[in-house]
Amino acid sequence: MATREKLVEVKNLKKYFNMGKGQQLKAVDDISFDIYRGETLGLVGESGCGKSTTGRTIIRLYGASGGEVTFDGEDVHGKKSKAKLKQFNRKMQMIFQDPYASLNPRMIIKDIIAEGIDIHGLAKSKEERLEKVHELLETVGLNKEHAGRYPHEFSGGQRQRIGIARALAVDPEFIIADEPISALDVSIQAQVVNLMQKLQKERGLTYLFIAHDLSMVKHISDRVGVMYLGNMVELTASDDLYNEPLHPYTQALLSAIPVPDPELERSRERIILEGDVPSPVSPPSGCRFRTRCPHAMDVCAKVVPKWQEAREGHYVACHLYDDELKES
Amino acid sequence: MEKILELKNLHVSFDTHGGEVEAVRGVSLDLKKGETLAIVGESGSGKSVTSKSIMRLIPNPPGRIKEGEILFAGKDLAKLNERQMQQIRGSEISMIFQDPMTSLNPTMTIGKQIMEGLVIHQSMSKTQARDRAIELLKLVGIPNAEARVKQYPHQFSGGMRQRVVIAIALACNPKILIADEPTTALDVTIQAQILDLMRDLQDKTGTAIILITHDLGVVANSAQRVAVMYGGQIVETGTVDEVFYKPEHPYTWGLLASMPKIGSSGEDELIAIPGSPPDLSDPPKGCPFAARCPHVMKVCEDHMPEYTELSGTQKTACWLLDERAPKVEKPEAAIVGGAK
Repeated sequence: MATREKLVEVKNLKKYFNMGKGQQLKAVDDISFDIYRGETLGLVGESGCGKSTTGRTIIRLYGASGGEVTFDGEDVHGKKSKAKLKQFNRKMQMIFQDPYASLNPRMIIKDIIAEGIDIHGLAKSKEERLEKVHELLETVGLNKEHAGRYPHEFSGGQRQRIGIARALAVDPEFIIADEPISALDVSIQAQVVNLMQKLQKERGLTYLFIAHDLSMVKHISDRVGVMYLGNMVELTASDDLYNEPLHPYTQALLSAIPVPDPELERSRERIILEGDVPSPVSPPSGCRFRTRCPHAMDVCAKVVPKWQEAREGHYVACHLYDDELKES
Repeated sequence: MEKILELKNLHVSFDTHGGEVEAVRGVSLDLKKGETLAIVGESGSGKSVTSKSIMRLIPNPPGRIKEGEILFAGKDLAKLNERQMQQIRGSEISMIFQDPMTSLNPTMTIGKQIMEGLVIHQSMSKTQARDRAIELLKLVGIPNAEARVKQYPHQFSGGMRQRVVIAIALACNPKILIADEPTTALDVTIQAQILDLMRDLQDKTGTAIILITHDLGVVANSAQRVAVMYGGQIVETGTVDEVFYKPEHPYTWGLLASMPKIGSSGEDELIAIPGSPPDLSDPPKGCPFAARCPHVMKVCEDHMPEYTELSGTQKTACWLLDERAPKVEKPEAAIVGGAK
């Protein structure tokens, strides 16, 4: 890859939720990564690991508790005037998981899609507005006749297409897709993923693709980040991650996915993790994965592992790859 | 091997305001002792309705078993009354549901919920039942069972709750266990634990399992035989090896091809199946897959294909297997792993 331009920079981002009684839920705790223009960054992890919170904090649906996010050199969470914020919001859009819950059931499709167009004043006349809606519907593989219908008249896959059309309406540069295909059937998932890839090529979009289905994430992403209990544990090019996972959690996660190949399934050695994910209200000291890690050492309980570049472009937070530790 | 359950030409319909929805349209299958049979299909394909019909859990009205037989231990379950069914549910055939958060009663301790079946079906005393409950919790891998038995569902994590649900299902040593998407609501690392546990328990107890899922990976991992459902019908059935390595139905090809291969690069586009499943309130006259099939012929639209027996175990309903049909190669993307 040639010189790449950073579109989004996340530095030491933290998001804590107050639980009352002085308790804090550290949903995202000190993570840093960059998203380059035109790439797809996948974010995977189990439920409760903070991947959705990360996405929502980047787009400022949540205020950050610490750290910063810059988009195109500009601070996302900084103070902004209303007009500035509006202008800013155009560049970032989001696609949500549940296509049943994310479309207002009392609005017709044309108004759902045109909401952004109206807010940002992108259409000068009614005709232009309708024309834009029709164009968008066609872009996502639906047709003009659908514009006057209500969400309940569509299937899950079609609704997700409407969600995508709505996100595209304001011509964004960056789209955060939070589990966009998890609620869909296998044969429909492929349709939506293909559509997203086609749009990316045509419009030069940048994606943050959040999902728990690792095989789909690998397919669509250039690089993948793995999260565990509010921390990023590994981040690298998607092929590297699958061919040579460094972090013990990534290794276990990969070995846990059942593959649609009976012979391989019968012969394959699995790393089965013991126990459950600890509560993010009182996470383990040191490395948060140590309670389930098959390679846990004494140091893991005491010292938080550093986020470091173990190989070129391959970041990992694990004491097994800590050179200083090996020397001492 | 010995058949313990046989469905013959099962038809299940729901009467709605929009007319009759034919959710299951002529399903025939059998389950052998000690095996795991997977039923795969998309939402609305009729896989859950089929399994709920076996347990007679389809609410009537609006649902009804229109036609067909469900043969179990010399009885036709479709004809039993509610009282006779209660003798079978939970003792001879039991069920695990998808969502462990909602299938447990939040106001009862889990011990009580496990004991319920034991007291009713096996006329155990309370102390006996409690001991057995603790034993079952240990069996499904819940540490500290003596203390946990007194706790409520909210004190358990998702994976642990699913273990409890499995303990309840296995309490009376059922001959058949129906698992309806047992791991769909769980994370992959927990899913691996639960699938492992189910396999382990099957080895110990010899229970036959009907595994309903949409995840072909789970099928490859856990089942010996597969039935692929589409539009309320079984379109292809066979051993896992046959269905994964020698599939003959274009829908099975489509399913296998639309899954990203973990070993391949992400450059190539996924082969999606265009369109969406048929509306079963107005079911197609011919093959249910005709509208989405890349190899559709004239005959497919008007006539439902018969099953072609490809081996002693594999059956496929597709007109392409008729001798008059043109030869069609299965797409390359549908070739799994090192298939020959």
